[in-house]
Amino acid sequence: MKTIFERPQSMTKAETHYCPGCTHGVAHRMVAEIIDELGIREKTVGIAPVGCSVLIYRYMDTDMQSAAHGRAPAVATGVKRVRPELCVYTYQGDGDLASIGMGEIVHAANRGEKITVVFINNAVYGMTGGQMAPTTMPGQKTTTSPKGRDVAQSGMPIRMAELLSTLRTPSYVVRSSLHTPHHIIQSKQALRRAFQYQLAGTCFSFVELLSICPTNWGITPVQSNKWLEETMLPYYPLGIFKTPEDK
Amino acid sequence: MPKILMKGAEAIGEAAIRAGCLSYFGYPITPQSEVGEYMSRRLPEVGGVFVQAESEVAASQMIYGASGAGVRVMTTTSSPGFSLMAEAMSYIAASELPAVVVNIVRGGPGLGGILPSQGDYFQAVKGGGHGDYRCLVLAPATVQEFVECVMKAFPLAEKYLNPVLLIGDGMIAQMMEPVDFDAVKTEPQRDVEAWATTGCKDRPRNVVECLWLDPKLCEDFNFELIEKYKKMAAEDCYFEEYELDDQPEMVVVAYGTTSRIVRTAIEELRKDGYKLGMLRPITLFPFPFDRLRALSETAHVKAFSVIEMSQGQMIEDVRWAIRDKFPVGFFCRMGGIVPSPEEVIDFLKQEFVTRGLKGAKS
Ligand SMILES: Cc1ncc(C[n+]2csc(CCOP(=O)(O)OP(=O)(O)O)c2C)c(N)n1
Ligand code: SF4
Repeated sequence: MKTIFERPQSMTKAETHYCPGCTHGVAHRMVAEIIDELGIREKTVGIAPVGCSVLIYRYMDTDMQSAAHGRAPAVATGVKRVRPELCVYTYQGDGDLASIGMGEIVHAANRGEKITVVFINNAVYGMTGGQMAPTTMPGQKTTTSPKGRDVAQSGMPIRMAELLSTLRTPSYVVRSSLHTPHHIIQSKQALRRAFQYQLAGTCFSFVELLSICPTNWGITPVQSNKWLEETMLPYYPLGIFKTPEDK
Repeated sequence: MPKILMKGAEAIGEAAIRAGCLSYFGYPITPQSEVGEYMSRRLPEVGGVFVQAESEVAASQMIYGASGAGVRVMTTTSSPGFSLMAEAMSYIAASELPAVVVNIVRGGPGLGGILPSQGDYFQAVKGGGHGDYRCLVLAPATVQEFVECVMKAFPLAEKYLNPVLLIGDGMIAQMMEPVDFDAVKTEPQRDVEAWATTGCKDRPRNVVECLWLDPKLCEDFNFELIEKYKKMAAEDCYFEEYELDDQPEMVVVAYGTTSRIVRTAIEELRKDGYKLGMLRPITLFPFPFDRLRALSETAHVKAFSVIEMSQGQMIEDVRWAIRDKFPVGFFCRMGGIVPSPEEVIDFLKQEFVTRGLKGAKS
C-alpha cells in the first residue's frame, strides 16, 4: 500500500487541543513538514509563545523552549547566539508578538538575529477569551471592544510585516494567509524560504500568517475564512515585503 | 598569578570569563555599566558572545534562552533593571535552569539614585518575581570576595539547577582593589545533555518549560522546590564570624558594604573594652538562621544589633532566627548614604547602655 499522508516526523503523537477549524494546527504541521523536508529535526529548537499555541512544545518532536508572554524573540536570541549551529524559530500570536512583545520582535529583527519567526495573526487574543488585539480590525467586536474597535481610542490595527520591513537591516519579511488551500501552499513556500535563509546564515526571517479563530470570532470556520478574505485581506495585503537583497 | 588592581565591575566580568562563562547579555545602568563595557571588549577576544539587549526584560529572557541551551551565562544590572528581570527570574527558577545574575543595588525606590544601598534585600531573598521561588543569594563584601563568589556561582547554579543572584553595591563595583583570580579553582560545567536544548540528535527531545495544567503537578513541583531550598540550607549556607570567639555580649549582623563599616567600628570598640563581634552572612538565602539562633542561646550573648543600608529588611530574618529572644537594635542609612564608622560606633555604644550591658566597664 502506498502511504500518501502521514504525521510529519517532527510532530509528536500528542493530540492538539485546538478548537475545530483553528488554523494553529495547519501552521504547526507546515512548520513540522519543512523541518522534515530540510532534514533539520535534530538541530532545531522552537520557542513557544504564551497564547493558544503555548503547548506547541508538546506537539513538535524537537527540542523546545518556552518564553514569557511576548519574549520569544529574546529567548531565541539567547539560544541562537550561544549555539549558532542550531535552527531556532519562534511561533507567536498577535497579542504575544505585536502587543506585549513589540519591543523584543523589533529589536531581534533590527539586530538581524538569524532566527525565523512564524507570526499567527488572527486579529484577536485567543487564549484569554477573545479580547481586542493590536491587529483587531476597525469595528471588529471583541470582549473588550463590545461595540467594535474604535480607532479613535485604540488606533488602527498594526501591520507587522510592513512595520518590520521599514528596518534597514537585511531581512526576509512576508505576509501570507491560511484561508484557502491555495494560500496554504503559498504559505508553506514562504516558510520554507524563511527557514532556508536562516540555515544559510543570511538574515532574520519573518512570516506573518493570516489566521482564523472561529471560537472567538463567534462564527463557523467556513464563515471565518470568508470573513478573513473580505475583512482582513484588504487591510493586510499578502506578499513579500522585504528580501535580504533589497537595498 | 600575582594580585592585580582592578575595578569591581571589571573584576566581576573577568571572574565570569575565568569561570568559563562565555556569554553575557545586558543593558547599561549605573553603577555597573562597566561590566557590560568590559564584556563587550573581552568576550570577542576569547570567542565568547556579548549582546547589548534592548532592555533588561530582553536581557534576562536572553539568558533564559542561553541557559536553556546549556551554556554558562550571566547578566548584570542595578535595581531598576532588576525589577524588569523579575519575570525572567521566576521563569528561570520555574524551569530549573542555572543562570547567574548580579544586582549592583542602588538607592531607591523608583529611579532612586546611583549610590550604594541595600534596599533590594527583600526582592533578592524573598523571591522578587511572581510565585514561590528563591534564588541562591550571595552578598560578597570585597572585590576579591566578589570574584570568588562569581566563580562559585556557576557550579552552585548547576548543582541546584537554580538561578544564583549576587548582590553588591556601587561601592564594590566602582572601587579598585587587588584581586587574585587564582584563589578559586574553576569547576567544569556539569553535563547538560539531560535537559538542555542542544538539538535532539541521538536522544529524546529536551523541553524547557514551566507550565502545569494540572494543579497537582504544580503543587508537586512546589514541594520539590522546598526540598531543594532545604538542601541549600544544609549544604551551602555561608557566613563569616568576626570576633565571636571570646564570649561577646553583643552580636552585630551586617552584610556587604555595611559589614566593612561594622568591622571597623567593632575594631575600635574592642580597643575600649566592648565585647562584641559580627556575624556576616555571605549567603543571604540560605540565611544563617541556625548559627544566629545558636548564638542567641549561649550564656554570654545578651543583645543583637543589625546595621543595614535599608529601612529594616534583613532584621526580619535576624528576629526570626533568634525568635525575638532579645530586642534587636537597628541602625540604618539609606538612599545612597553609607554609614560612617563614627555613627555606627555611637549607635553601638548607645545600644550597650540601652540593653544594660557591661560594655567598656567589663
Ligand atoms: C505577562 C502576561 N500578561 C498577560 C498574560 C495573559 N495572556 C495569555 S495569552 C494572551 C494573549 C494571547 O493572544 P495571542 O498572542 O493573539 O495568541 P492566540 O491565543 O490568539 O493564539 C494573554 C494576554 C500572560 N500570560 N502573561
Ligand atoms: S481560541 Fe481561537 S486561536 Fe485559540 S484554539 Fe480556539 S480557534 Fe484557535
